[in-house]
This record gives sequence, structure tokens and C-alpha cells, in this order.
Amino acid sequence: MSGGIDTGDTAWMLVATALVLLMTPALGLFYAGLVRSKNVLNTFMMSIAAIAVATITWAAVGYSLAFDGDGALIGGLGNAFMSGVDFAPREGTTIPELVFFAFQATFCIITTALISGAVVERMRFGPFLVFSALWSVLVYAVLAHWAFGGGWLISGGTLDFAGGVPVEMASGFSALAAALVVGSRKDYGRQALLPHNAVFVLLGAGLLWFGWFGFNGGSGFSTGDPSVLAFTNTLLCPAATLVVWFALDLMRGRKVTAIGAATAIVVGCVLITPAGGYISPGWAMLLGALGAIPSYGIIVWRTRTRVDETLDVLAAHGTAGFFGILFIGFFAQEAWNGVSDGLFYGNAAQLGDQALAALAAPAYAFVATFVLLKVLGAVMPLRATDREEAMGMDVVQHGEEAYVTGEGAILLLPDDHEKVAVPVADPG
Amino acid sequence: MKLVIGIVRPEQANRVLEALYRAEVRGFSMSRVQGHGGEMDRVETYRGTTVQMGLSEKMRFEVAVSDDFVEKTVQALCEGGRTGEVGDGKIFVVPLDHAVRIRTGDSDEGAVTPVSK
Repeated sequence: MSGGIDTGDTAWMLVATALVLLMTPALGLFYAGLVRSKNVLNTFMMSIAAIAVATITWAAVGYSLAFDGDGALIGGLGNAFMSGVDFAPREGTTIPELVFFAFQATFCIITTALISGAVVERMRFGPFLVFSALWSVLVYAVLAHWAFGGGWLISGGTLDFAGGVPVEMASGFSALAAALVVGSRKDYGRQALLPHNAVFVLLGAGLLWFGWFGFNGGSGFSTGDPSVLAFTNTLLCPAATLVVWFALDLMRGRKVTAIGAATAIVVGCVLITPAGGYISPGWAMLLGALGAIPSYGIIVWRTRTRVDETLDVLAAHGTAGFFGILFIGFFAQEAWNGVSDGLFYGNAAQLGDQALAALAAPAYAFVATFVLLKVLGAVMPLRATDREEAMGMDVVQHGEEAYVTGEGAILLLPDDHEKVAVPVADPG
Repeated sequence: MKLVIGIVRPEQANRVLEALYRAEVRGFSMSRVQGHGGEMDRVETYRGTTVQMGLSEKMRFEVAVSDDFVEKTVQALCEGGRTGEVGDGKIFVVPLDHAVRIRTGDSDEGAVTPVSK
């Protein structure tokens, strides 16, 4: 091992990276359960596609634009195509830059996958691939530079432990823009469009929470105090969110719902993401409890609007990320984080730095995504036709069905292929 | 007294339900069926195994009605089920010999006429 490398830190970061990568298939499962059975595979595939596309763009230019140098708005191209990314420690850490690169790549992947929640059940797969490639560079890498890589937010003093800016607010407000540009599903607001498998949703949320221990616990890039604090806060905060969500469900519908609980787990993990290593365990629980309320409110309100932001990425990620970023400004505690106090401990300036991030990140993410999709939409149709939407995206986009029974399926041998897609009876 | 059988696309089922409701047809049953009409077969591939799917998912409505309601029911099924593409389904009207409402023992016309209580 090269000098300056800590083996314990490196061992943990290798594991943390794998944990975060698991979050993307977990998100796919969570989303797949929330859609109708004819769109399960397409929905899951959008997450898998994000792994494919965002990994490549990250290696090509994304990592470099995010983490090379300390330009105010964007990094350099010094690490483009992984140039110089090797076994030497990443500056400011005790882990090889290769591990740092891979860990950060998994963040770019899941953030890209998150946006798919806004456009499932109608966006075509091809344009989604193109969108993912462009978004992962033009939006994710830029915001990651601002908040993590030496850009104007981090150098101005904004605290963002694991990605309230580039992950949560970026995906949430981009999702809103995507839903507006792509448009509502044809049946939205006319028919009840129900989740087809609540067990998938719960299991997906559970696996997301599991992965989130790597996401937050790895964001200190070590096994040191900030990582340990963030790790434990990742247990405490979502638990508090769950309890409050139960209470809100009880007040509203007199029953505690399972899909509500799954949503609460995600919201709680998002809330603690920016704040994980900066606030005490006690404040983390308060954050989880209070932060449940705005997200719950946005979900209830959104379904009454014409905006088909289908799987509520704005409420779960945008709103909770916004709340978590601001919460740091009040309750950050130098005694716990060794960095800075918040307003509650006498440092009002921290709240100003947090508020700046809470305004800048949503604005950039919304505008950039809106423009990107408008331009893309001018080049290729973004959505399937009504007819295709009715048949379901699984058959139309992938030629597969999730719950195929095999009845009536005729095996085509290789030399039968010229027979395909011939109408068996001529309808006249 | 007739049994009206309507086989429609699953994605049109909600529209059919609405149309039946508007036509004041209150009693029916609905089941998932698989079938084949004149539509194109779908070709799907599973890890190198290519298959031609000869059967499509459909919804089958069965509505037992008195003679006055036959036309209304057929109209509702048509209106709710039609998209204009091949594969919208079929309606069959068949004679019904006898019907019994289990709860009361009412038979025939009485059994297929909705009750308000």
C-alpha cells in the first residue's frame, strides 16, 4: 500500500461502496412495486440502466468535473477517463483514489436512477438512456462539485455530509422538471393507478436503508468519528420518521399503511443524509420526526394536482433533502462534528450558508433538467404513444413480461424468425 | 332473458365499468381470461429463447339481463371497450333458460332485476 493509506479506512470504504451500489437495484425494486404489473420490468430497468450509463459517464468525465481542482462552478478535466486515478491516497483522505472514485460513482448512479420515478410508465427507454448520460454529467457532476469537490458551496462553508445537494435536492427537483416536460400518464387523474406489489415496496425500502449505512457511514471516508456518528444517526433518524409517519397516517386515515411506512424509511434516510456527521444523535431523532411532516404534506397535496410526478421523488428526496440541509444550520454542533456550530449553538452564519445551498441546488437542478429534456424532446419523442402506454412498457420497450405464464407461448426456432409478427388471422 | 358476454381489453375494463354504471346495469361478474382474436402476435425473448405469444390478456364480463336491458348492455360494452384497433374484443348474447337469486330464491326476471335493498 502507498504511504498515507489506512488499511482499516480502506477496508470499510470497499464495503461501503458495495453497500451503496446495492441501493440502486433496491430502488428499482421499490419503484417496481409501486407501478402497475405491465410496467414492472421497464421501471426496474431504468435503475439498472442508470448503473450502466452513469458508471461510464462518471469514468469518462463526471468524476473529473466533480472532483478535479477547486474551481467555483466546475472541476477540471485532469482526471478525465480516470487519468491519474490510482492507488495513491485521494487528497484529504487515507484511502486510495480508486476506492474514492468507485464510492462516488455509486452516488452518481443512484441519483440518476432516482429521477426515473418521475417518468415511469410512459417515458421511452432509449430517450431515458440518453437523458441519464447527459444528466449524470450536466447536473450531478456539477452539483457534486459545488457541494463535495471544492466548488463554491463547500468552500463557502455549506455543510453537506453525504449529498443533500447533489443527491437529494438534485434528484427531487429534477424529477419535478422531468414530470412537467414528459407530461402525465394518459390515465392519470381518470383512473386509480395502484401499486401492484406492496411487498416489493417494503423490501426495496428495507434494502435501501441497509445500503444507506454505507452511503452515510462511508461519507466520512474513514472509520473515524464523523462516519461513526453518521452511521448511528442513519439508524435513529428514519426510526423517528417512521413513528411520526404512523401517527400522521392514523390521523388522516385511521390506519397505518405499509406503503406509507416504506416511504417513511426513505424519507428518514434522506433527512439524515446531509446532516449525518454534523448533528448529535438526539437532534437526528428530532430531525427524523419533524422532517416527516413536510414530505407527508407534499405527497398528500401532489396527488391532488395535475402534476404526475409519479413516484413522489420531489416529496421523498427534494423536500426531505431541503429540510435536512436547513436543519444543519440550526442544530450543527461543533462538540459532535468538530467543524462548526449552527444557529442554536450561536453561529447564525451557518444557517445562511445552508440556506444558500437550499436555494441554489433546487434552482440549478430544476432549470438544467427542464432545458435538457426540452432539447432532448425536440430531437426524439420522449414518451410512448397512448396505445403503447395502454399495452404496458414491458412488452413495448423490452419484449418481456414480468409475470408471464407461458400459456400460449409458441417456441420460435432460429430459422422460424422470418415468421415473426405476422397476424395469425387477417382481421379483414 | 339473456346472458351478455363481453370480452374486452384489460386496459379498457375501467371504462366498461363506468359505461355499465351509466347504463344502470348493476349486476355482473368479471374475470381475467386469455384469448386470441385477429390481433398481431407479440414476439418476446427470454435469455435467448424467442417465443411468439399467441394469447392476449382480456377481461370477460358476464351480465345476465332482462330482454329490455340487452341493447343497453351491449351498447355500454361497445362504448367502453372500443379503441378502434384490432383486439378490442367481442360480445356474445346468448339465451338464458333460468336464473335464481340465492338469497331470496327469486327466479328468472326477478333474479336479474336489481333490488334497491
